[in-house]
Amino acid sequence: MKDARVIEMDEVAIRFSGDSGDGMQLTGTLFSDASALYGNDISTFPDYPSEIRAPQGTVGGVSGFQVQFGKKEVTTPGDFAHVLVAMNPAAVKANARFMNPGGTIVYDSDSFTEKNLKKAGFKTDDPFKECNLEDFTIIAVPVTSLTQEGLKGFGLDNKSILRSKNMFSLGLVCWMFSRPLDYIEEFIHNKFARKPVIVDANIKALHDGYNYGMNLQHLTPTYIVHSADIEKGTYRNINGNQATAWGLLAAAEKSGLELFLGSYPITPATDILIALSERKDLGVKTFQAEDEIAGISSAIGAAFAGDLAVTTTSGPGLALKSEAIGLAVMAELPLVIVNVQRGGPSTGLPTKTEQSDLLQALYGRNGESPVVVLAAGTPSDCFYYAFMAAKIALERMVPVILLTDGFLGNGSEPWRIPEMKEMPSILPRFAKDANSFQAYNRDPNSLAREWAVPGMKGFEHRIGGLEKNITGNVSHDPENHQVNTRIREEKVQKVKDLIPELELFGDIEGDVLVVGWGGTYGHLISAAGELRKEGKRVSHAHFFYIKPLPGNSAGIFQRFKKIVVCELNQGQFASYLRDKIPGFKYYQINKMKGLPFTVNEIVDGVKKLMEE
Amino acid sequence: MAELEYTIKDFKSENEVRWCPGCGDYAIMNAIQRTMAGLGVPKENFAVISGIGCSSRFPYYMNTFGFHTIHGRASAVASGVKMANPSLNVWVVTGDGDALAIGGNHFIHTVRRNMDLNIVLFNNRIYGLTKGQYSPTSERGFISKTSPFGTIEDPFQPGQLVIGSRGTFFARGIDSNVKLGETIFKAAAKHKGTSVIEVFQNCVIYNMGVYSDITDPKFRADRQLILEQGKPMLFGADHEKGIVMENGRLKVATIGENGVAVDDILIHDAFETDPALHLALINMSLPEFPVALGVIRSVSAPVYDEEMEKQITHIQKSRKNTCVDDLLNSGNTWEISGN
Repeated sequence: MKDARVIEMDEVAIRFSGDSGDGMQLTGTLFSDASALYGNDISTFPDYPSEIRAPQGTVGGVSGFQVQFGKKEVTTPGDFAHVLVAMNPAAVKANARFMNPGGTIVYDSDSFTEKNLKKAGFKTDDPFKECNLEDFTIIAVPVTSLTQEGLKGFGLDNKSILRSKNMFSLGLVCWMFSRPLDYIEEFIHNKFARKPVIVDANIKALHDGYNYGMNLQHLTPTYIVHSADIEKGTYRNINGNQATAWGLLAAAEKSGLELFLGSYPITPATDILIALSERKDLGVKTFQAEDEIAGISSAIGAAFAGDLAVTTTSGPGLALKSEAIGLAVMAELPLVIVNVQRGGPSTGLPTKTEQSDLLQALYGRNGESPVVVLAAGTPSDCFYYAFMAAKIALERMVPVILLTDGFLGNGSEPWRIPEMKEMPSILPRFAKDANSFQAYNRDPNSLAREWAVPGMKGFEHRIGGLEKNITGNVSHDPENHQVNTRIREEKVQKVKDLIPELELFGDIEGDVLVVGWGGTYGHLISAAGELRKEGKRVSHAHFFYIKPLPGNSAGIFQRFKKIVVCELNQGQFASYLRDKIPGFKYYQINKMKGLPFTVNEIVDGVKKLMEE
Repeated sequence: MAELEYTIKDFKSENEVRWCPGCGDYAIMNAIQRTMAGLGVPKENFAVISGIGCSSRFPYYMNTFGFHTIHGRASAVASGVKMANPSLNVWVVTGDGDALAIGGNHFIHTVRRNMDLNIVLFNNRIYGLTKGQYSPTSERGFISKTSPFGTIEDPFQPGQLVIGSRGTFFARGIDSNVKLGETIFKAAAKHKGTSVIEVFQNCVIYNMGVYSDITDPKFRADRQLILEQGKPMLFGADHEKGIVMENGRLKVATIGENGVAVDDILIHDAFETDPALHLALINMSLPEFPVALGVIRSVSAPVYDEEMEKQITHIQKSRKNTCVDDLLNSGNTWEISGN
C-alpha cells in the first residue's frame, strides 16, 4: 500500500473517450450515476460526432463523455479533465487539449498499433510526446487482451467479447475513485435481462477491470473525493431533455389538461419526444409528424381543441415552424415551442451546442410576431422553465419559445426532486359565459383573451391567420390592424408581472457585471466565483427570461462600471440589450466553437477587460 | 333529443359569403350544411378547419367552431384537433393547390394514418385566390398566367394519391349536383377514418367551364357514371350503357349489343378491400369512359385517433406511475439527509 499514490481532491473531471462504437456514452453515464449515488454533486458533458459510426479509429469518430464530480456544488463538467480514459490513439489526439496539466491518462495499449496510430494521424510511435503529454501519469493497460482473456470461457464470439471492453475500463476507473459497483451491476442485469450470458460477461469484465486496478495499485493513482454537502431531499440524476419533458408533464397535471406533443425527430431535441412517448401511462399524446411543419401544426390544432400543446425541435426545425408560429401568434393560442439549440446555420453542427437561435426565436417570422422567450440555465432547470413556459402560454394565451441547447439537453446533474404541491398553480383561461363570449375580448390587465374549445356549447366561433376584429371575424380595417399589432406586443410585455426579477450573484455593485443567458449559467457563475475569490469586484446576472426582460434589469446594470455579455454566438443577446436597455456600453465575450465556455476563458476575458 | 333537430340555417354564420357570384363553392357549402344538420351530432362538436385559398374561407361562413389556418397545413392542424378530442366531428376544407401542392405531404400522410377526418377537396384545377395560375390538377398543356405557352407537366389525380396512400374512403362529386353531394358527404361523415371527397368545382372567373364536358346537360348522362353500392355500373340516358371487365381491363358496353346483358355489367362494391377496381374506376376518363362519381371506396381499417386512445387506455391498465410525483420518484433516486 505504501507505494500507492492517493490524491485527495475537492472536484475531479474524468473524460471517457473512444470510437463512437466503443460505448463511451454509456460508460460515462454509468460512472456519473454511480458517483451521484455515492453522494457527489456532478455535471456531465457528452461530446460526440454526428455520424453514428464514423470511420473507426479516426479523430473525427471520437466520442467523448466528460463528468466532473465533487464534494461541493459542481456547476460545470470541468474545463479540463484530470483523468482521460482513452480506448484508442485517436482519443488521445482528440482530447489532448482538454487535459489538465499533470493529469492521468489510462489507455488501452492493445489498440496503440502502428495502424491505429496512423489512422489517428500520428507521425511517430510516441503519441504522448507528439501531443505534449509527457508530464502526465500515463498508464498502459492492455484492455483488449485482458477482456478477451477474462471472457474466454463464455462461448461468445470475439466481436461480442470486444463489446465488453468498456466495462473493463469502467471497472478500473471505479477502483481508482472507490465507486461501489452495485449500481452498475444492477443496470447490467436490467439492460440485458433476456441475455444472461451477456450479463455475466459484462459483470466479469467490470470486476476484472476493478481487480486489475487493485492488483496494480503501485502504478495507478487513486483519488478520494468526499461526498458533497447538498440540500436535504430526494435526488435523482436528470439531463436537460428529460427535465424538459417532465416539466411539461408537470404543467399538464397542474393545469388539469391533457398533454399533446407534435414533433419530428431532430438532433439534439429527439430525446424529449422519446421521453414523452414513453409516458402513455400518464396519458400523454405524442404524434411523430411527417415533418416539422406538421409537428407544430398538429400542436396548434390540439391547442385550438383544448390540450396543453407543445412542439419540440432544434434550429433548422424552428426555421421550418416559423410560419406556423405566426399563426399561433395571430390566433392567440397557448403553445409551447421548445428549441434545443445546436450549431448553425443550416445543418451546421448537429451534435454540438450553440446559442445562435436567440434572434430567430425573437424575430424569425414574417410580420411583427411577438412571442414570449425563455431560456433554461442548467440541465435540471429545464424542468422548471418548461413548466413556466406552459404556465405563461396557458394563462396569457400566447405562444412561448423555450430555448435550451445541446449542452443542457444532453448534460446531466443531480436534481432534488420537487413535490408537485410545491409547484405554482396553472389556471387556463377557459371561457365561462357563452352569452357574452367574444373570441378576442381581453382581460384588461393581461390583455389575454379567453379560450373556448370545440365541444363547448354556445361558444361556436371562428379564428384564423387573417387579421381579425373582436369576434374573430376577418377585418381589413387599417385602424384595427394598428391597434392589434400594438396589443400583440403589449400582451407579451405584460408577462413581466408573472416572472421573477433579475437576480444577482455577488455584490450589488462593482467593477464588472458578467451577463449571460440560458445554458452558460454554470460556467459564468463559476467564473464569477473564481474572480471573486481573487478579490475582484465582479458579479454575475443571468437571464432566464429574454422576452419580456425582467423589469429591474436596467437598475442592476447601472451599478457596475462595466457590463460584459458572454454568449455562444457573435453577440445576439448583447445587441438585443443595446436595443431594449439602451444607455450602457455592453462589452462582449463570444465563442462559436460548438462547445460550452470554459471557466478559464471567462476568467481571462474578464481580467483582460478589467485591465483595459 | 329535440335540440339536435337542426336546419341548414343553424349552420350558417352571420358573415356575408364573399365567393364570386356563380361560384361552385356555394352549392358545396349548401350540401355540407344540409349534411351536418341531419347527422344528429351536437353543433358544438363540429370543427371545420381550412388552409388557404378561395375554398378555405369556408369556416367563416359556418356557424360551427372553425379555424382558417395557413397554406397547406389544414389536415395537419385538423389531425391535432382530432387527437386532442376524438369525440369531435372534424372537417377539412381544402383545394387542389392547398392539399396537393404546398400541402401534399400532409395530405398523403393524413390519409395513410387514417385519421378520422372528412377532407373536402374543392378541385377547380386552378389557383383562384392568386388570380389564375395553373395548379397540380391542371391538365398538361393548360394555359394560364404562369403557363402562357401551356404547362409541360401532368396533373395529379387526387383519387390515385388516396389509393397510393392506402386511403380507406374516396368519393367524387360535382358542385352543381347538391343531391349527390349530400349522399356523399353523409357517407363520408359516417365513415371511420380519413374520408376524402373530391368535388369538381367550377371557377367562374379563372377556369369557367372546366368541367362542362362532364356537366353539360346535353351529354352528361353519357359522361357521368354515378356509382351506387351493390348496383350495376350503368349510365346513359336510359341506363343502356355499362362498364364490363374484359381481359382484365374495364370497357364500356351497350346492353343488347354483342350479347351483353345487364348481368354482365360490373356491380359496384365500395367495401371491397382490394383497391384494384377502385383505382380503375378513378382512372376512367373521357372520351373512352364516363367519369366515375359517388362513393368509389369505403373500407374499414384501424383509425389513428382511436388507436391512440386505445393504446393509452391499455398502458394505463398496468401502470406504475399514476401521477407526476410517482414518475419523478421512479427509477434511481437517493436520499440526502443533510449534513
